[in-house]
Amino acid sequence: MTYLYIGIYVADMARAATTADAFNAVAEPRRRQILDVLAGGEHSVNDLVGRLDLAQPLVSKHLRVLREVGLVDVRDEGRQRIYRLNGRSLKPIHDWVKTFERSWERRFAEMDVVLEELKEKEEGDGGDE
Amino acid sequence: MAVTSSGTAIVTLPTDTQILITREFNAPKHLVYKAWTTPELIKRWWTGDRGEATVVEVDLRVGGTWRYVMVANEGFEVAFHGEYREIVPNERLVTTEVYEAVPDDFAVNTLTFAEEDGRTTITLLVEHSSKQARDMHVDSGMEGGLQEALDKLEQLAVSLG
Repeated sequence: MTYLYIGIYVADMARAATTADAFNAVAEPRRRQILDVLAGGEHSVNDLVGRLDLAQPLVSKHLRVLREVGLVDVRDEGRQRIYRLNGRSLKPIHDWVKTFERSWERRFAEMDVVLEELKEKEEGDGGDE
Repeated sequence: MAVTSSGTAIVTLPTDTQILITREFNAPKHLVYKAWTTPELIKRWWTGDRGEATVVEVDLRVGGTWRYVMVANEGFEVAFHGEYREIVPNERLVTTEVYEAVPDDFAVNTLTFAEEDGRTTITLLVEHSSKQARDMHVDSGMEGGLQEALDKLEQLAVSLG
């Protein structure tokens, strides 16, 4: 088993160890949809029900899960419950993807060097065709 | 999603089983395609700064296979192979990809090249068969592998406590 593979295994176990983290919360497509809507601004529960075309109890259930992991915050406004996105809680997911992004960026930076050479060569040859 | 012109890779996870990688290059697409499909050139960029490519085999025809092997700086070897499913020179490549440490699973990579004003934007869509396989793929990009994983485990433990 390689070092890299051990890393993968441990990371996978780490996430499997809990059901109450942001990774799990966003694994459900409807909850991602709710987050997408809330990314555009805060909304009441009724508003979300209308926009998502989902039954109110289902929307409330998803909101509860999102609230438990801190992905959304709620405030009362009169008789309305208003939800908004809490971007900070998305940070673990963001960081996770970012690290992957960085290794691709290093790869592409090497490719930039190769491409500059290819361009120079082509210009020197007066076209490669 | 807006793509910046600063030449920075953008990675998103459009669905549970996909990874989408986008990047702009300051070169026309026939050169980007050349860098992507020519073994001597692939060897120079594919490993980034993570190791050395020891094998890069490319049989660039539909049904042909490719295989890349890298010895990472830490000394271990990782190998990938796959098959070319669609080839439209300078436009589009569809390949399968198997990470040889997990041979039962494969991803389908769809790569497109779009040129504007001499600059090329590539989009690479990686489609895995399961969320678990997709997540493992993203995890594999982790710097320091184990250390990061342990850090994450610790964070999780703290957040649960």
